[in-house]
Amino acid sequence: MMMNHSLKSLCNLAQGTAIRGKWHGQHYTVIKQLGYGANGVVYLVRTADGQAALKMSDNASSVTSEVNVLKSFTKVQGSALGPSLLDVDDWEQGGGQTSFYVMEFIKGPDLLSFIQQKGHDWLGVLILQLLSDLEGIHRNGWVFGDLKPENLIVTGPPPRVRCIDVGGTTLKGRAIKEFTEFFDRGYWGMGSRKADETYDLFAVAMVMINTAYPKRFAKKGGGTDQLMPLVRQSELAKYAVVIEGALTGRYQSASEMRSSILQVLQPARKKRAAADSKRAATRTARGAASQQKKSGGFGETLLIIAVISMLYFFYIYVQIL
Amino acid sequence: MKTGTLKQVLLITDGCSNQGEDPIAMAALAKEQGITINVIGVMEEDVIDDQGLKEIDGIAMAGGGVSQIVYAQQLSQTVQMVTRKAMTQTLQGVVNRELKQILGGTGTMEDLPPEKRGEIMEVVEELGETVQLEVLVLVDTSASMKHKLPTVKEALLDLSLSLNARSGDNRFSVFAFPGKREEVEKLLDWTPRLESLSSVFSKLAVGGITPTGPAIREAISYFEKKRSLRSLLSRDDESFFEESV
Ligand SMILES: Nc1ncnc2c1ncn2[C@@H]1O[C@H](COP(=O)(O)OP(=O)(O)OP(=O)(O)O)[C@@H](O)[C@H]1O
Ligand SMILES: [Mg+2]
Repeated sequence: MMMNHSLKSLCNLAQGTAIRGKWHGQHYTVIKQLGYGANGVVYLVRTADGQAALKMSDNASSVTSEVNVLKSFTKVQGSALGPSLLDVDDWEQGGGQTSFYVMEFIKGPDLLSFIQQKGHDWLGVLILQLLSDLEGIHRNGWVFGDLKPENLIVTGPPPRVRCIDVGGTTLKGRAIKEFTEFFDRGYWGMGSRKADETYDLFAVAMVMINTAYPKRFAKKGGGTDQLMPLVRQSELAKYAVVIEGALTGRYQSASEMRSSILQVLQPARKKRAAADSKRAATRTARGAASQQKKSGGFGETLLIIAVISMLYFFYIYVQIL
Repeated sequence: MKTGTLKQVLLITDGCSNQGEDPIAMAALAKEQGITINVIGVMEEDVIDDQGLKEIDGIAMAGGGVSQIVYAQQLSQTVQMVTRKAMTQTLQGVVNRELKQILGGTGTMEDLPPEKRGEIMEVVEELGETVQLEVLVLVDTSASMKHKLPTVKEALLDLSLSLNARSGDNRFSVFAFPGKREEVEKLLDWTPRLESLSSVFSKLAVGGITPTGPAIREAISYFEKKRSLRSLLSRDDESFFEESV
């Protein structure tokens, strides 16, 4: 998308430009531009307490709206749902006034670059982290909305994914404020643009798909008919069930999708863990009877082996005949 | 909460008008009647003509709306963004007028310290979610637009998807210009859904001239007819906010 004229002039701030807030009087010095989008420009700035990211926009409403979201995120914080908010102010220059806010600088490559550098093994872990954050955002009454790799930065070490750009973050039940086609279930003809948990989870699935198809692709028919074959013939094949689930709205919550991914990544351990906890439960419930239970389990195993061997012998027998 | 109706024209064009009244004056005329004019300029790759750009900006400015230049492929997303921005801007304007009465000053949110803006923005967003919206889409179907029309159709279907996710009611109508006999041609009468658009677009004849000004004038008269019914119930733009809170 092309920028408006007013935004364009904000885009070319030279290194060393001094920005002073009109209301709070804080000073910021531009180090470099971090990026820009439809809503504004983000600069890396030097502050009295080190580096920070400063987002300015020719549209004061969008600044205020994003600040509202970040404030509501900080209220519940502890864990970081988005970049923490440091300051909100206006900058008077050249007769005009520009609204801006200052937030924590989240340093690191975006999700796609990180995976390209470190390998596809990282995908699962990062998506698990992302789903934890989304769970928090949803619990808080919000839907993130504009979820895409550019808005996911991997900081660290140790690597940890963080969401930036709350421009699309919408109260549950309302119409999604901002989205990017490739990640939008409406675009793929797979649901509405009403903000709910499943909207974000759809986008998570598309983020996963984007890692296997970095150039993305256009809609040709849409739906699972177009998307799932692409998943199955890529390195994402092992996630096929999870991705299909998220695309079709089967997961009601981020944590549900999260445990599904865990199951893909560690099926064996998962089963053992389940068995362990079952055994532990039995132990606490029946106390000493657990010993007996254990030998009972052994008996079962013997029985199964016996049945399988019989079937096997029967099979061989039939084959020989 | 009872809300009034927001009236928007969404003009989709690729360049300069070449017939009839000055489109910028017609946009100003619309604004006087409480109708916002938004413009999306659909460009070919790397072909940006200054004259066209100026006109597009000018129409939106005079019409109290939003303009955006875009390449055809990105149209869908832009259409929804522009409509949304324009809604916010109009509602903001209404809220600002209230603020001015209460607080004096220039009556913009920027007069207030940043801490005080948050709640006002929440009201604006709440209104944006619930307000009744009428969007009149005005599509330039002059020859140069012909191959972009399928994309325009997609973008409009997509717009109805976005807007129908709101809790407020929507009504859409679609006009093309130049029309066969008149300056504009009605393709679709007021309807809450745009799905029926698919069929009308294929029947379109494309013309040579671009009478943007007359098209805007005609389009607002179409709102007018509807409005005159309503104005019996004394519903005009200025009284909007009193009604809506
Ligand atoms: N807190 C931050 N720390 C580090 N980098 C950031 C931060 N915020 C933004 N950026 C960088 O700036 C870019 C643009 O920021 P952002 O996405 O907020 O802008 P936008 O105008 O909302 O963009 P879009 O059109 O994608 O919604 C980001 O992609 C990212 O690279
Ligand atoms: Mg954004």
